[in-house]
This record gives sequence, C-alpha cells and structure tokens, in this order.
Amino acid sequence: MSTQENKYTFSRRNFLRASALASGGIMIGFNLFTACKPNVKPSVDVENLNFNDFNAFIKISDEGYVTIYSPNPEIGQGVKTSMPMIIAEELDVEWDKVHVVQAPLDIKNYTRQLAGGSQSIRHGWTALRQTGATTKQMLINASAVKWGVDAATCSASKGVITNANGDKLGYGEVVKEAAILEIPENVTLKKPSEFSIIGKDVINVDVDKIVTGKPLFGLDYKEEGMVYAAVVRPPSFGEELVSFDASEAKKVSGVIDVVTIGEKARNFIESGKNNWTFKLSKSDKVVVIAENTWAAIKGSKAIKATWKEGSQLEDTKLHDEKLLSLLEGDKFDIRREDGDVDKVFSEADKVIERTYHSPFLPHNCMEPMNFFANITAEKVHLVGPVQTPEYAAQVASEMLGRDLSQVHIEMTRMGGGFGRRLYGDFVYEALEISDKIKKPIKMVSTREEDITSGIYRPAIKYRIAASIKDGKITGYHLKEAAINDNMYGLIPNFFPAGCIPNYKVSTANYKSNITTGAWRAPYTNFLGYAEQSFFDELAQELEVDPVQLRLDLLENVKDTEDKRIEYSGKRMQDAIRLAAEKGEWGKAKEGVYQGFSAYYSHNSHVAEVAEVEVKDGVPVVTKVVAAVDCGIVVNPTGAINQVAGGVIDGIGHAMYGNLTFEEGKPSSRNFDGYRLIRMNETPKVEVYFVQNELSPTGLGEPGLPPAGGAVANAIHKALGKRLYKQPFIEELKSNVLG
Amino acid sequence: MPNYTLKINGKSVSFTADADTPLLWVLRDELDMVGTKFGCGIAQCGACTVHVDGTAMRSCQLQVSMLDGEEITTIEGLSTEGNHPLQEAWKEVDVPQCGYCQAGQIMTAASFLKENPNPSKEEIREAMQGNICRCAAYNRIEKAVALAAEKMS
Repeated sequence: MSTQENKYTFSRRNFLRASALASGGIMIGFNLFTACKPNVKPSVDVENLNFNDFNAFIKISDEGYVTIYSPNPEIGQGVKTSMPMIIAEELDVEWDKVHVVQAPLDIKNYTRQLAGGSQSIRHGWTALRQTGATTKQMLINASAVKWGVDAATCSASKGVITNANGDKLGYGEVVKEAAILEIPENVTLKKPSEFSIIGKDVINVDVDKIVTGKPLFGLDYKEEGMVYAAVVRPPSFGEELVSFDASEAKKVSGVIDVVTIGEKARNFIESGKNNWTFKLSKSDKVVVIAENTWAAIKGSKAIKATWKEGSQLEDTKLHDEKLLSLLEGDKFDIRREDGDVDKVFSEADKVIERTYHSPFLPHNCMEPMNFFANITAEKVHLVGPVQTPEYAAQVASEMLGRDLSQVHIEMTRMGGGFGRRLYGDFVYEALEISDKIKKPIKMVSTREEDITSGIYRPAIKYRIAASIKDGKITGYHLKEAAINDNMYGLIPNFFPAGCIPNYKVSTANYKSNITTGAWRAPYTNFLGYAEQSFFDELAQELEVDPVQLRLDLLENVKDTEDKRIEYSGKRMQDAIRLAAEKGEWGKAKEGVYQGFSAYYSHNSHVAEVAEVEVKDGVPVVTKVVAAVDCGIVVNPTGAINQVAGGVIDGIGHAMYGNLTFEEGKPSSRNFDGYRLIRMNETPKVEVYFVQNELSPTGLGEPGLPPAGGAVANAIHKALGKRLYKQPFIEELKSNVLG
Repeated sequence: MPNYTLKINGKSVSFTADADTPLLWVLRDELDMVGTKFGCGIAQCGACTVHVDGTAMRSCQLQVSMLDGEEITTIEGLSTEGNHPLQEAWKEVDVPQCGYCQAGQIMTAASFLKENPNPSKEEIREAMQGNICRCAAYNRIEKAVALAAEKMS
C-alpha cells in the first residue's frame, strides 16, 4: 500500500476483516460493494477500517452455525436467499446451518446497496464467492496451525476441516484461532462442477414468517410512542396548496394534530443539490397526525383544501398530440447510427412503418408507500421499504442539514418495488413530518394516494420503420417519443443493432409536470413488445418463419467488435432455439395460436412462445414457454418464480394496464377502476434455462419485456389483427369484438 | 371510544376503538397482529382476508361494531405451529416473491378448501381471483392450493 495507485487495488485486505466475538465465534466483515467494483475509489481509508465500516458480515458461532447478513434490499427478487447462497457455497457449509439476516445500510462504504436493474447477482457474484472462499481458507489455516501441519494438506467441506491423517475439526472449533490470523490472498474458487448449493432449489429464507404473518414489512414496523401520519397531496399534477380547513379533521376521534410540510423539500429543490431519487412537488402538503392509521386516513379525507394551478394541468389527449408531433418532427437526438438509413430507405422495394402507443402505468406495489422516521437531536432514524437506502440517506442529510453519519436507515422487506421504491419521496415526507412534530411517526399512504401521486412509467410512443430490398431487411430506424426522459444507457445498442447494416435510433421527449420514473424493465417493458411485434410483421412481409428471421439476423452480430453491443448473438440464438424446442414452435394443435418474441435486457437473454386460444370470440393466453440464458442459475426455484412472475406481469400490464389523465388528475384511483391481472386470467408459464457455466446475470426484470410481443403476435395469428396500442384490451374491445 | 371484546384466534380480546374502525386496523394497530395486510381498503385485492365464523371476509370492510360475538381467525391463528396444510404447501412450492399478499391468499384458500375439499383447477382459479398478487406468483399459488387439497384428503 505504498503507492497511490496501489491503494485502490482490489485485495482481500481491502474488504475483509475478522475478529473474535466476546460472545464466542468469529465475525468476518467485508465491504461487498467496494469489492464488487474494485475501480471505485473507496470513500474512506481502507487501511483503517473498523467493523462499523463494513456492510456485510458472516458470523460463525462456536457451534459452527453461520449467520450471513444479506446486504441488498429484498423486494421479492430473491436476493436475501440467493446472495447468501453464493457465500455459503464457497464457505462450504451446509445450508441448514445458515441463518440469513437483513443487514442495515452502511452509508460510508456503499457502492451498490440497492435493488434495481436486476444487477445484484451480477455485481455480487465474484465478491460473494471470494468472501466465502477466503473465510474458508482462514478456517483451514487455523486448523493447520492447531495440528502443526501444512495448510495445503488440509481441506474443508460441509463445515468440517480434514487433514492428511484423517483428523477432523468443525468450523466452530477453530473460529477463535481463525480470527487472529492474517487474511489470505489468492484463494481458489470452486469450479461450477463442484457446486453443491448453487444450482439447487433453496426455499425463500423468509417463507416461514411470510406464511404465518410475522412482522417483516415496513408497514408492520412499530416503535413505542409512534404516531401515524396521512398526507394530503395535490390532487392534480400542477396544483399547489393555497389554504385548508382542518376543523372537521380535528373532530375525528384519534386525530392529534394537523400540520403542513413542504418547506424542507422546497429548500432542497432550490438548493440545486438534486438527487435522482428526489421527486417531490414544491407544493405544501397537509398532514394529519393520529393515534392510529384509521384515524389518520379518516382525518385526511376530512381536510378541505383549496388548490391553485401552479403549472399546466395536462391530460392524455395533450400527451398523445405532443408525442405524435415529436415523431412527425425533426427534433431528435441521434443515439446510434450505422450506415445510411435515408439512402437505403430511398432505394428500397418497400418501407414498412408502424407506430406503437403505451399509456402511463402506476407501480401498484401491494404494500402501499410508507416509512418510519424519528428525528431527534442525536439521530435521524429511518426504517422502511426503500430500494435505494444510500441515496435516501444522502438526501435526508441534506434536507435536515445533518451530518451523514447521524442518518441511520434500516431496510425492511418490501411488499413489491417494481422501481417505485427507487424514489424516496415517502422517506422525505416522513422525515419532514417527524422533524416538524418531534415525534416518531409512520407515514402511511392509501392505495388511492399511491395511484394518484405516483412516479409513473411514462407514456411512450415508438415509430419503427424498416426497408426491404430484394427480400432482405436493409435498414431500420427506431424513433422514440417519451414523456420526460428517453431510453438510457446501452438500450440503443440492443438488437437489432449490429444485425442490420443501416440502423438508427432517434429519441425525443416532452417535459411534463407529471412525475415519472423507472418501472420494472424501464423502456424495454414497452420497447420489447413494439420491436418484437414489428419483427413479426417483417417476417410476414418477407414470408419467412419469425424464429428463422431472428436466427438469421443474429448471425450478423456474432463476430462484432462493437463494445457498445453487449448482447450476444450466440446466446440469443441459444435462448431462441430452446424456446422454439420446448414451446413446440410451429406444432400447435388446431385452435391454438402461437406467437414468438425474444429480447435481451438487463444482461439476460430471453425468448418466449405464447399460446392463445379464442373462447367466445375473446383471445385467451393459455400458455407461455420462456427460455432464458442468465448464465449459471444460482437458485432455480427462485429463478423460475422471477421469470414466471415477470411473464405474467408483462402480459397483465400489456393487456389491462392503463392510467389516463384529465386536468392533471389520474382517472383511476383504486383497484375497482384500475385493472391488474388475476389468477383466472393467467397462463401456465413454463421456464427453461440455457445450460452453461457463464457468470450469472439477474432475473427480476428480463422475463417481462418479451411477454407483450409474444402475446400480441399470437393474437395476430388467432384473429388476424395487429395490436399497436397498449392496453390491448381497449383495442380488442373497440376493433375486434365490436 | 367504546369498548369491544372479540374472539380472535380462540382468545377473547378487549380494546377500545371507534365503532366504524375496520377490523383490519384494529388487528394491525391495536392488537399488534400485522399478518393481515392493508392493500386497497375497498375489498378489491384480498390482502386483508380473515375468517369470520370460518368464512373468508375482507377485514378492511368489517366495522368492529358489527362483529360482536363472531369468531375471527387471522393468519396468526390459522394453525398453532404454522403447519396448516396450506402453509406447508406454500413452503413446499416456494410460493412467495415479495410475500406481502400471501397471508390473504392463504386465508382465502383455507376457507375455499373447507367448502370444496377436492377442487378442479378451474374452481381454484375462480375461487382465488379476488386476491391480487402483484408479483404474479399465480402459477405457484394455484399449485400450492391444489397440493394442500391433496394433503388434506
């Protein structure tokens, strides 16, 4: 560690430290997120870390029981089970000796303590394995010292260390000795063929608590002296509070007080120190404080507030006009351009152009937004469901003018995230309320408030055009018109980039005052359907099989040296072939209509075959076969659950999801007016994985984007009708079913 | 505020609450039984399902003043050891993703299987359609209900 350069070189010493526990056993601390991104400059001097500086721990008791503190927030994607599995594999302990606990946020050393983008497993893979393997080596070394033999002659398996003489020691018997040893460098990781936990079905670690109703979620959290808070927010996007009458609310039994918040949020907005997780309106909000949730909700409904128009009140008609005019116009950012699209379009035998439309979508996490806050002179204590705890801590520190070290966040299990809990608006409201009334509070939103003051998947329109010359696709132009923001990162370089020589992606956006943000598989959740429906039409036009068309196009990208193209032609083909085989593509029984779709997103390759039958004139999705290449499958039962859920979620929202606006106000307020897919509408989903030994990638999102396209293509086969607009149910009602 | 005494999970429980307070909030806020979940507040999602005299009902719609003398069962009282055949099936099938709606799903299924111990696949799908699972773990919920029916027969 003598040179500046060396200081940040990845090393065991940089992220691991062990010490004996007074209560017996050993605690291994490791900085997972520094380890995951070795080129990230650590925020503290790694040589002087103490235990408080780590964000993940393994504890091994004298009896050999292992506790693994899982660092990443659990939103239903399964990381609280799968990340500890990876440690346990390399540590080489039996899974039934492992107990998993959710770790709190470490605000000093984070680089990626968040749930989003299906990246937890991909980023954690190597570091988690090295942590387990290093710890195992320390236990082996300690045994070797005890026996007076060379550590190289010892081995460990299933929590037991064995030497050449056949002597055995349990992990628990050497933890005290291991804790004082030097941390070994250059440990050997297992070969995938040696895995005994990874690749086996491990049941969700919280399942006992879930099925018996134990407190787990943010809404379940309580503290002595805590009061409840319901927030009255502007009913329309663009409105601001003028005045309010709280006299009726205060008559509600159980209501303690009525206050306003908003000043701290406004100051933060005006400070310019913005943070991408901060999405709050500048308006004041009325807050009803009560002894229980029911009184808070009742009180909030009794508030008579007057609002004024602060900025334009927008509606769906306006959005449609704005987005269409963007598509017609010439104010685009060019996000990728290969060859000469204009030239091949002008020379083409035929140019096909289609426009696809999507509405706003609320997330509708089953657990409504809520957060606990207790702001005292000593500490900022925040507890609840948030996907981005470290950003929330930073904003909290800024808003309250408190040192970051005073902000303590605990993550609860989340009743769904889907991107909604990436944004900390509910945290910031909660802390402003607690700061104002100087009490521990729990902010609880109702479903109506969740739907009407959301951070939505924005309405987007795609216009896709392709040129055909001599029976070949010669050019492709994708235009995106979206509300507020456009496709991010490498999405412009997804398929068919690299497959079609003349290729262009152009984007434009309209800035709205309606808050928008990430929604499970942002952009690709709709782009996957638009693109894959379009390719189905191209295949029809070219009179080739849709599966063959994709396989042929993907040949062209196999040898690409373009670093922007991160999807693999071969892996996509593997997934496509597996889906076609398992889904019996082209062999459907009479009355069963198949649709195909394949999409790469979040580093995983997925292909799907959907089957539709027509019952009483209505197309019904009866079955979907999904084939996935996500590399090594860490936990097959969890992986299948993620993909099947993603497929049904994708179908449900493509079919029914629809949030429209009138005068700035969402037109649906609860599940009576907003339709989510239900069990009697769900297909059977079969999930298959491409078998390989490549490093694993995530699954929270990738199953979703292809689903809408597979269904739309199957419906086309069944009814001869192309669907260009989501939700499909509206188009089916008006155009097909009369 | 009036006093109420209800029989919940076989025990007599007393508390004070306003007459119009939904059972849901009494369970969660007053009695610290948080297994019954708040989802929509209008009986559309099923997350708050409990049994009243053995029948599945939405606790967000049950005012405490109407429940005098009724036997109420919540997820906490469905079995003494967390080993009701549905709970066992839920674990075996590894149903939950986020897990938030699952108590409500199990309570709906428990009441349904009492009425119809040998349901067809279609009957399960119809009986469970009042409970939303936003993670869409529907295939596994369906499978677990069928497995529980098998275990109970």
